[in-house]
Amino acid sequence: MSLHARITTEPLDAAALVERVAGPGAGATALFIGTVREHADGRRVRGMRYDAYPGMAERVLREIAGEALERVRGAAAPPAPAGVDETEAAAIAVEHRWGELAVGEASVVIAAAGAHRAEAFDACRYVIEEIKKRLPVWKQEHYVEGGARWLEGAVPSVEGERA
Amino acid sequence: MTVTLLLFAHYRDLTGASELKLDLPEGTTAAGLVERLRRQGGAMGRLPSDPVLAVNQEYATLDVVLRDGDEVALLPPVAGG
Repeated sequence: MSLHARITTEPLDAAALVERVAGPGAGATALFIGTVREHADGRRVRGMRYDAYPGMAERVLREIAGEALERVRGAAAPPAPAGVDETEAAAIAVEHRWGELAVGEASVVIAAAGAHRAEAFDACRYVIEEIKKRLPVWKQEHYVEGGARWLEGAVPSVEGERA
Repeated sequence: MTVTLLLFAHYRDLTGASELKLDLPEGTTAAGLVERLRRQGGAMGRLPSDPVLAVNQEYATLDVVLRDGDEVALLPPVAGG
């Protein structure tokens, strides 16, 4: 069982994240790579500028990865041979990049491993959906014909009183 | 008391500010801080009255009472991925 979450301005290395989640108990590894697309709403995009609240974003990313890991662990089920704990295969590695990114570059990479494919796919999907909902990161599209626009985002749901 | 205010993305562009130190009366809430900023007028007047915010890197509600040394961040709707 392992968890890795990082916010960085460096280019992302998907193969390195796949390696991080590898283990003898894993029967499935799902990999998601989010990349900068060359068009949006009929306009040609030349690149994306990501802003981030790095300290908080890394904390929230770790929290999301932890929740995904619990989902994988929860899915582990018999029959496994005696002495085999399928929850040990659960592993998540996720990195989000910020700064200036060109078309085709990866902004987010998620690798999720589990004993079986269902939980690996589920964990990968969970992490990207939660990133969209609550990771304090923002993106600004820069267009080929000039101009730029901050993309409309999601309003995180905020609960509770301060401890 | 003194708090550090951080602004990101769209809010940074709107106000031209990214980090400010603010002296506030004891007992000021996050909503009170936002209200003070907006009352300054000018660029700060463009901030919404009810932004999403974080106190010490955790999402917080507008009624939270601030303490000396807090780091308060005003967060536009998020758009990661």
